[in-house]
Amino acid sequence: MSDLQQIQNPAPEPLPELSFRDQLKERFDFAWTYILVVLVGLIVIFTIWHGTKFFDRTNFRNIALDSSQLMLLAVGMTFVIITAGIDLSCSAVLVFSAVVGAKVMSRLSGSPEEVRLYEFPNQHIGIPVGLAAAVLCGLLWGTFNGLVVTKLRLPPFIVTLGTLGMALGLGQIVSGGQTVPYVPYDVQTWVGARRFFGWLPLLVVITTVVVVLAIIILSMTRFGRYTFAIGSNQAAARRAGINVDRHLIKVYALSGTMAGMAGAFEVARFATASTAAHSADNLNAVSAVVIGGTSLFGGMGSIVGSVIGTFIPTVLRNGLIIGGINPFWQQVAIGAILIAAVYFDQRRRKASERM
Amino acid sequence: MSAPTPVLEVRGVSKSFGAVRALDNASLQVFPGQIVALIGDNGAGKSTLINCMTGVFPPDSGEILFDGQPVHLHSPQDARNLGIETVYQDLAVAPHLDSAANIYLGREAMKPGILGKLGFLDNKFMMEETAGELKRLRVRIPDPRRRVFTLSGGQRQSVAVARSVKWASKVVIMDEPTAALGVAQSQMVLDLMREVRNSGIPVIYVSHNMPHVFEVADRIMVLRLGTVVTELDPKTDTIDQAVGWMTGSTTMSSSAGNEAA
Repeated sequence: MSDLQQIQNPAPEPLPELSFRDQLKERFDFAWTYILVVLVGLIVIFTIWHGTKFFDRTNFRNIALDSSQLMLLAVGMTFVIITAGIDLSCSAVLVFSAVVGAKVMSRLSGSPEEVRLYEFPNQHIGIPVGLAAAVLCGLLWGTFNGLVVTKLRLPPFIVTLGTLGMALGLGQIVSGGQTVPYVPYDVQTWVGARRFFGWLPLLVVITTVVVVLAIIILSMTRFGRYTFAIGSNQAAARRAGINVDRHLIKVYALSGTMAGMAGAFEVARFATASTAAHSADNLNAVSAVVIGGTSLFGGMGSIVGSVIGTFIPTVLRNGLIIGGINPFWQQVAIGAILIAAVYFDQRRRKASERM
Repeated sequence: MSAPTPVLEVRGVSKSFGAVRALDNASLQVFPGQIVALIGDNGAGKSTLINCMTGVFPPDSGEILFDGQPVHLHSPQDARNLGIETVYQDLAVAPHLDSAANIYLGREAMKPGILGKLGFLDNKFMMEETAGELKRLRVRIPDPRRRVFTLSGGQRQSVAVARSVKWASKVVIMDEPTAALGVAQSQMVLDLMREVRNSGIPVIYVSHNMPHVFEVADRIMVLRLGTVVTELDPKTDTIDQAVGWMTGSTTMSSSAGNEAA
């Protein structure tokens, strides 16, 4: 009897030990290792070229701070692109959220007469509520994107192109086409320019926390698993009983929230907001994600790759400016890197589609 | 000795789509430990019958009985909850996930305690269980940790079959599972089908491939014009007879006439 039971229920045997290299391969999508080499190469080249003018903690701090908003967009975009979607609206959602956040902040910080004299008696309410309003705007736009993509069954490219225009237009209506005035500058002292140990900016700390959380969610949780599954084979995910629509709405809402947070960063850094900035950030985020090895066809990708892909343009620009070279060369170089990255992605795709 | 209760029984089911009568009073019984093949020409109603049995849509009339009890399936999830799993022809796996992630897709094992509540996956548990399941089914896959796109078509379909077997407590329905596969890979799936049958779980096997059907089936039901026209025994009947019934060149009256002659 016990023999029979053993035959029917063989005890699970421990799996053979994988080599360290294989373990790494299983845990990480190694597509980004090549692009890490590019980033390290850039850092080495600029260090040799500029010495401590480049390899300096103040300069690194500036690079990290300048990358923070694009980093947030890229984190959200990574989730969206892994589902085989795209979010072109994030740049407009950023400026919309910044404009609304700045307006709310100004309005709640004092009466119109007071703020015109740069007096903000209620700024202890206005500043946090304004920042929260910006994040909330992003969440709402993202949810709207997700609802339209899933319920009307339209391609994400078209939907988010549409909301790109809508968010930008509404942002201009709210701001009257001007930079939003009379924002309490204490938002800078309290948040945007706050540093720990006199060096480490609060905004960089927040971005780092978001990045770490995103890495954990994507690689270790069910949310991440569904994100990959939907991008890999949406029909299979549906058949497996996954509520694909609900998950996609969450993913677009996440991307919108990241854009809203980047909008809050905008207000915190500059104590104003305008719709004129960030117009190319959507495409910059897409290229950062793709350079980082996330496949535009879905199912493959990593946050770590997107982080590296975000740093490359900023580091390149920074190093060129220090060297006195026209920083427009950065755009040329990033374009070339993007094409190379997609070429390698397609080669990987071909390898993956062999039967 | 009384006859055993069928695990799944379809009794007089009809279904129309507009003017098209896709199923016309079709009946079918599935007993434990059997591979029941369902064959028929295109448009004979095979897919409609499968869809009624798996809760994709309800029949217009007739009954579906499960362990002798009538059931009303409103969604594929209902069928799944009853222990009916379906394998589709078009390799319904997520190629970028590993075998274990595919087998547990939609039913992930979570880490115990607070971590699980936060959504953390218990990958180690899923890996070990998958390795055991694949071993039990004698599926040879290099490693359950490998992404499925690195596997052959037959191995991928084996993962899909293993998933359905793992979760099917009652019936596995296989809808043209070898249609996209080569000869050796099809054989792999047929062997797996026998393993499933031998474990006691009946298999409903829908196929166009007569040699495959005659190789593995215990009973063959022929569907024509929305109804089950006859049952054949693969041991005594021939492929030619099956084709005759499928195309309508053999009918009840003509076969009665032949026997009389």
